[in-house]
This record gives sequence, structure tokens and C-alpha cells, in this order.
Amino acid sequence: MDYLSHTPEERRAMLDRIGVKGIEDLFADLPNELVDPPIELPSPLSEPELLALLDAIKAPDHVSFLGAGAYDTHIPAIVGYLTGRTEFQTAYTPYQPEISQGTLTTIYEFQSAISRLTGLPIANASVYDGASAAGEAAALAIRSAKKAGRVLVSRTLHPFYRRVVATYIEDLSCSDGTCGRCEEIHLTGEGLTDLTDLEAKLDEDVAAVIIGSPNFFGLVEDWTAAFSLVHGKSKALAVAVSSPLPLALLKTPAECGADVAVGDAQPVATTLSCGGPYVGFIAATEKLVRKMPGRIVGQTVDLDGKVCYALTLQTREQHIRREKATSNICTNNALVALAANISLNALGPAGITELAELNLQKAHYAARELTKLPGVKPLFPKGRFFNEFALKFPAGRAERAFAELPGKGYVPGLPLGRFYKEYADGLLVAVTDRRTKAEIDGLVAALGEVL
Amino acid sequence: MSEKIIDRPIEPAIYAHSRKGRRCHRPPAPDVPVRPLDELLPPELRRAKPPALPEVDEPTLVRHYVRLSQLNHCIDVGFYPLGSCTMKYNPKLADAAAALPGVNALHPLAPEGMLQPALALMYEFEGYLSRITGMDRFTLQPAAGAHGEFTGIKMIRAYHKSRGNPRKVLLIPDSAHGTNPASGTMCSYDVVVVASDERGNVSVESLKEKLSDDVAALMLTNPNTLGLFEENILEVAELVHRAGGQLYYDGANLNAILGRIRPGDMGFDAVHLNLHKTFGTPHGGGGPGAGPVGVKKHLAEFLPVPTVEKTDEGYRLDYDRPRSIGKLLAFYGHFLVSLRAYVYIRYLGLEGLRGVSAHSVLNANYLLSQLKGTFLLPFDRLCMHEFVLSGKKQKDAHGVATLDISKRIMDYGFHPPTNYFPLIVPEALMIEPTETETQQTLDAFTAALLAIDQEAAEDPDLLHGAPYSAPVRRVDEARAVRELNVSWPEEA
Repeated sequence: MDYLSHTPEERRAMLDRIGVKGIEDLFADLPNELVDPPIELPSPLSEPELLALLDAIKAPDHVSFLGAGAYDTHIPAIVGYLTGRTEFQTAYTPYQPEISQGTLTTIYEFQSAISRLTGLPIANASVYDGASAAGEAAALAIRSAKKAGRVLVSRTLHPFYRRVVATYIEDLSCSDGTCGRCEEIHLTGEGLTDLTDLEAKLDEDVAAVIIGSPNFFGLVEDWTAAFSLVHGKSKALAVAVSSPLPLALLKTPAECGADVAVGDAQPVATTLSCGGPYVGFIAATEKLVRKMPGRIVGQTVDLDGKVCYALTLQTREQHIRREKATSNICTNNALVALAANISLNALGPAGITELAELNLQKAHYAARELTKLPGVKPLFPKGRFFNEFALKFPAGRAERAFAELPGKGYVPGLPLGRFYKEYADGLLVAVTDRRTKAEIDGLVAALGEVL
Repeated sequence: MSEKIIDRPIEPAIYAHSRKGRRCHRPPAPDVPVRPLDELLPPELRRAKPPALPEVDEPTLVRHYVRLSQLNHCIDVGFYPLGSCTMKYNPKLADAAAALPGVNALHPLAPEGMLQPALALMYEFEGYLSRITGMDRFTLQPAAGAHGEFTGIKMIRAYHKSRGNPRKVLLIPDSAHGTNPASGTMCSYDVVVVASDERGNVSVESLKEKLSDDVAALMLTNPNTLGLFEENILEVAELVHRAGGQLYYDGANLNAILGRIRPGDMGFDAVHLNLHKTFGTPHGGGGPGAGPVGVKKHLAEFLPVPTVEKTDEGYRLDYDRPRSIGKLLAFYGHFLVSLRAYVYIRYLGLEGLRGVSAHSVLNANYLLSQLKGTFLLPFDRLCMHEFVLSGKKQKDAHGVATLDISKRIMDYGFHPPTNYFPLIVPEALMIEPTETETQQTLDAFTAALLAIDQEAAEDPDLLHGAPYSAPVRRVDEARAVRELNVSWPEEA
């Protein structure tokens, strides 16, 4: 059981041609005392055995209202069909443009789609996920700043994203010799970024300000007000974190004054997949183009003058610039970016607007119905939300609902107390286009029984 | 004069097919009572008009992407000896497993009870990787090789810091991948280059010169990017450790030694693997890959959160690791890529994995034996899974660059080797056939390269103008930089 072709005769002929007796002779440079260690691995399994084993990796049947950075949306059927083309799957980075126009053209399309969603002109071929995209944006800001190394991150940003941003910059040198450091911007009682606190923390040492909208609680933030403070009081880059579906409805990061926009396109590209691979995007203003991380594809022509595409501005990248590169990223999440690109193009302007509105309507219906339950209130009643919202439960009941509802076939959302001690009775509920009215009503009934 | 071959236009970007009002995918109408949009999301929060995505019908969209796909060279169409990238056959069994509905439906934040089978897989997989590499623990979180390097070097920095001094310098051989120095910079290290010796190894003399108590680590690929096993690896490891440094293994070339010798036994303290190289997962046109990182015990407390722990009550995600370097991705890494690699290991077993290294090295040496008379071989040794030739002879004699040779290779139906890398070999052609190629394919590739060498002598301009039968002629990459256009212009 292997993927080899060599017959004994061929192996013999090849060894003769090389001029050695056996395959072991090819490994003569390995230190003898360390060769062929015992390695304990299970015996090989056959194809049907393995498929049965892997088929068992699943959760019991249930209806989930979990979001928090991973959304269960419907992906058009043609997306999987087209990304399954082996010509896309089994190629690699398009270093040789003459025989990689398929990949190059689709990357150019992905960049175009991200530019249209964010309003920012320069997007790259993708980064790993939304969190690492935020990390790259913070690093980009520190590289661009004269000496500044402080990165202000709103406490309303996804806690995991915040942790990744800190991980990306804590060991990154600033030009004044210090390393990057994250500071949190407080949140208001309404679940939004505290602009007074932002204003107080802004000074010339701030390299970036990162605010997500919708934020972790699902709420739409006032990027315009926040970013105008940023530009009025500092030279920091304003970084907007979002996702393609809300961006179909919301004012674009560019309209709100963002210098960089990042996020994860998972909700339009791929399944939940236990957390990955997803796909991060990053877009920026024209003047940051040479600071961008990763692959960028540009239009050009071939020898006959035909329009075609190639990797461009490669002098930013590690294989040329080495220790002076803008990032070490090379392999990114191209195939998932392709899925996002095809999905967005299949939706088009009308489809993506309808899909976003569908998410919005379903979430608002669910919020209206859930808050009819005794003791259940919106945690942030004034906030505007997209497809995710926070509820306040009677004391102790949010965790209890999370623990007990799977027994009734529902995961009702994510208890907020795990990430925000002050919201120990909060539950974050996501309602995507895939949740039916019957499922929402079923959740309301099941929760009613637990409460 | 009538032409037999009609010069057809190449498939444009999808925006060229867009016509106002066309529709492809239609989301369903809401099945819940709706409220006016303005009430839910007031106009002042909304964008003025929908994003200007293309408007196409489904048949046009499908035809567009199928046509584009046909412009790609890929493993399933032909030989792809892109050195250092290990473009081996990607087993379809692994793809089938990754497409199973159960794993695709798992939400990463589902209650741990629901995630048990997935956590068990991660835990077992971590164990296989530890045993294969001789390390103590692994994290599956890093998304690609470079991400793994960043993770590993950060852990090494955290380790030194915990002992009072993060140190300043990262040593990197002159043959190293560009990601190595770039990862060092992301961790504030100054990169100092160690020279190679006349046999293509890291020079022990140069290493001794550069070693000091400022050195945090030496990053090494073994076999190195010349496709040569580091003959002095044990001495190198001892020297680095004696200076208090750590030894980092860039796993890009693990394919050559799979099941035969382990980085952990050679003295490496941290390793990253490239699952998309060694363990046969698809490269996806540039990802997603996966770059899990393994470490010895003394570095394990610095692993990113969460780790997967086995307890009496089942598997658990452990976020309570106070000395952790933090997080690299929102969730647990590229689960579906790990799953494919898990399938690969379980299908092949240890003997199968040893067959991989045996035949990757056999194929490389066989190809080398047929080409070394025609092209310069800068380090004349048996190679491991890949080898580096120089096109300097062809350049000097006929004015034909390695780039020209590479472009001409396309006309023969093959993907060119990696070229101009490693940087220490002029006009480098880095060739990695992998174990999944037949002798016939290697012979056909040999015949093509020998024919191209002939062409270089007889008609250099033929090569300067290549390729002729690829979907497009030679691409003007300089113009892509000069006249920057990275997004389809939006109509006003």
C-alpha cells in the first residue's frame, strides 16, 4: 500500500545507473549510530477502514447557534465543484506565470473582490486567517511607523484575535529598539469601543488602532468616529476588522477612514472544519503597497502583448529580501481564497446583499423571540447588530444552557463569561442564513424548558 | 495567408464577462417575519451601493473557472520537480476523508464533549509526528512552514528570556530558505550568515567563528537546500549547544529521511514540518498548507495555546499555560490539512513512510546520474531527495540563462525546477523529482533537458523566446511592477 511505481527490475536498473549496490548506500552520509530508530506507528489501514474511522469524527446531531469567528453559512454548490478541479488543487505558488495563469487570474480576481468589499485599493493574495491578518496589519503598522510600537486594540475585538495580534508583535523590533506592545481600549457599558479611552491613549507612540465591526458581541461600531480621532490625534494606522457578509451592507472601511482592513472570508468560502483552514484577507491604501505582506498579483502582458498576470512587487518578499522582508509569509490560503472569490462572484452585488440581509433578518427574528423568554434580555439593548447578538440570562443560566441544551439537540451560543468576567451571564448567539425558522423556534422552546 | 492555428484570446478576469442584471446564485427568501431594513440597520450605517462584484450567469461562471483551471500546470497533469516544494502525488483518499460531512460541520467552539473525536485525532496525530521526528510535543496550530518557523523561533526566544537573556543573534546558513532570516527578524533577532564549505555542508570553521553567547539558535535544513545531508551534523549540534544555543530544524526536506533518522536524535530542539510537502496534502495553488511545530521537553511550556491534553475524563483543550508564547491563529490550525496528513500516515504505516524516503532519494540520484554530465554539478556527491545543478556552462558558452532553460522546459510539458535558488549556486536549477514519479517520467525529463542543452548550442534565440506552447508567451514580470494594476478598475 503506497503510491510508488518502481518494479524490482526498475529499481535494480536505476541503482546500477547510479553506481551503488542498494538503496541503503544512498543514505551513507547519515550518522550510523542514529540510523533506523524504532518508531512506533500503528499498522497500515485499508481505504475502507480509514474512511470508516474518519467518518466517526463528528458531533451528535444538533442545531448550532455558535459564531464567534466561525459561521455556518450556505456555500453555493458550484464553489466546491470548481475548487475541486485538480488543476487548482495540485498546483503550487505561481512562480512560473506562463503555466499558472489560472491561479494568477483568480488571485487577481480575489484581490479585486476584497478591494470592492473594503473600498481599499491594494489587497493581497490572502493570509492564513482573520486573526493572523490582524497580526500582519499590526506588524505592517509597526514597520511603517517611525518609532512607534504601541498597538491599541479594542477590547470588543475577538479575544483570540487580540491574543494573536499580541503574539505577532511582542517580539517585533521597533526602530527605537523596543518591541511592539498591545494595549486594550476599554469597552463601554453598551458593548462598544470606548472612544474617550481611545482618545486618552492616543499619542505619537501609537502605531495602529484595531477595531472590529461587527465586534465580538456582533455590534456595529462607529468606525468613522473612532478613525477620525485616530487621524486627528496620531499618525497611527486605523485598522478595521470585518468579514465579507457584513461588509456587503455596512459602510466600507475606506469610507470610515481605515488605512487597513482585514478579516476572515470563511463565512463565504468554507465549512466550519473544526477551525481551519479558513482564509484571511488584508487590504490597504495605495501608500502602504510596499509594506504589504505576502503575494500580490498584477496585470501585465506577454511577449505577444496579450493581457496576463504575474506575481508583482516581489522585492517585498522573503525569497528576495530575506531578513528585510515585510513578512515571512509565502504559502498562504490560496485554495480557500479561490473558494471565497468564486462564491462572491456567484453571489454578485445583488446576491451578496440578499444573503447579508437574510442573515440580518434571521438574527433579528431570533433576538426578538429569545428576549420574549422570561428573564432573557438583550445584553446591549441600544446596539445595532448584524447576525450575532449577546443576551443576558438570569444568574448562572448562560453556562447552564450551554451545558444542558446539547442534550436537547441545540448549542444555544457561546457563554461570554469565558472571555469577559463582567458578562458571566451573557450568551453570544449567532444566527446565519442556514438556520431555519423552525430551528430558531425550537431553540426558543428548548431554552424555555431550561430556564 | 490562412493560418492553421487560430490565435485565440486568453480567458480574461471574470469582470470582463459581467453584464448588468445577470444573476448566478440566489439566496432563499427569508422564512422568518421580516422588518424594514432601515429599522434594523439605519441608512447612516450602510454603504451607499452594493459592492461592485461581477454580474454573471452560472454557465458563464462555471465555464470561466474551468477554462482558467486549464491554464495551470499541476501535479495531476505532469511532472512538477519544483525543488524544495516536494510536489508529490496527493492521495485522493485523503481528500475524500477531508470532505466527509462530519468533520466539516464541527464548530471549533462546540462544547468539548462534542469535539472529543476531533481532539482525539489531533492528540494521536501529534503523537505520530513526535515519534517520526523524535520530539516530545507538537502544536498543530501554525498554518504553513513560515508560520511554523515564527512559532519555533518565538519559543526559543521565550526559552532564552526565561533564563534571563533572549540573546541577539540567529545563525543561518548561506544556503537557507528566505523564510529563515525573515522569521528571525519577526522575533527581533539579528541574522548572521554562516558559510558553506567545499562539500556543501555548513562550514564548521565559519560556525565556530560566528558562535558566541549572543547566539540564540542555528536554523538548519537537513538535508540542506543543496539536497545534501549535513555530514557534520553531530559536531554542529554539539558546538551550538555548548555555546548555549538552540538548534532549529526547518522541515522542508524531511521527505528525504522519513523513518530513517530523526531530527530529535540529531540534536534539534525545535522542528517545523510542512504537511503539504512531506505528508502529501495538496498545495492548493499556494496553500493552505500546515506547519506543525515539535519541540523537546524544555521548550514545551512555551507552546501556543491551546494544547490538547488527554485526561481520565477525555480530551481537553488547555488554555491555562502561563508561559505560552500565545496564539498564532484564531483556532487550532488547519484541521482539515492535519486530517489529510493523518490519513497519509495511517495508510502508509512506518514501512510505507520508509519507502517514501527510499524512493525519493533513489529517484533524485537516478535523475542526477543522467544530468550531471551535461550540467555543472557544484557539489559532486550522492544527493538526497533533490539536487542543485548550475546552468553556468550554458550561460557562459551560449548566453542562455537558467531562466531561458526553465521557460523552454515548459514546451516539453514539464514544470521547471526551482531556479536561482539556493543563492550560493550561480544559475541554479534545483530539482526534486519526489518518490511518486516513474522511471519513464524521469527518462522523459532527462531527454528534454539534454535536448534543450543541444538547442542552447545550436539556436540560443530559440530559448530566449521560450515558451512557445504554454498558454501565454514569456510574461513581462517587470511591467507588472512598473505599471501596477492589482485590481480590476471599478466603473465610476
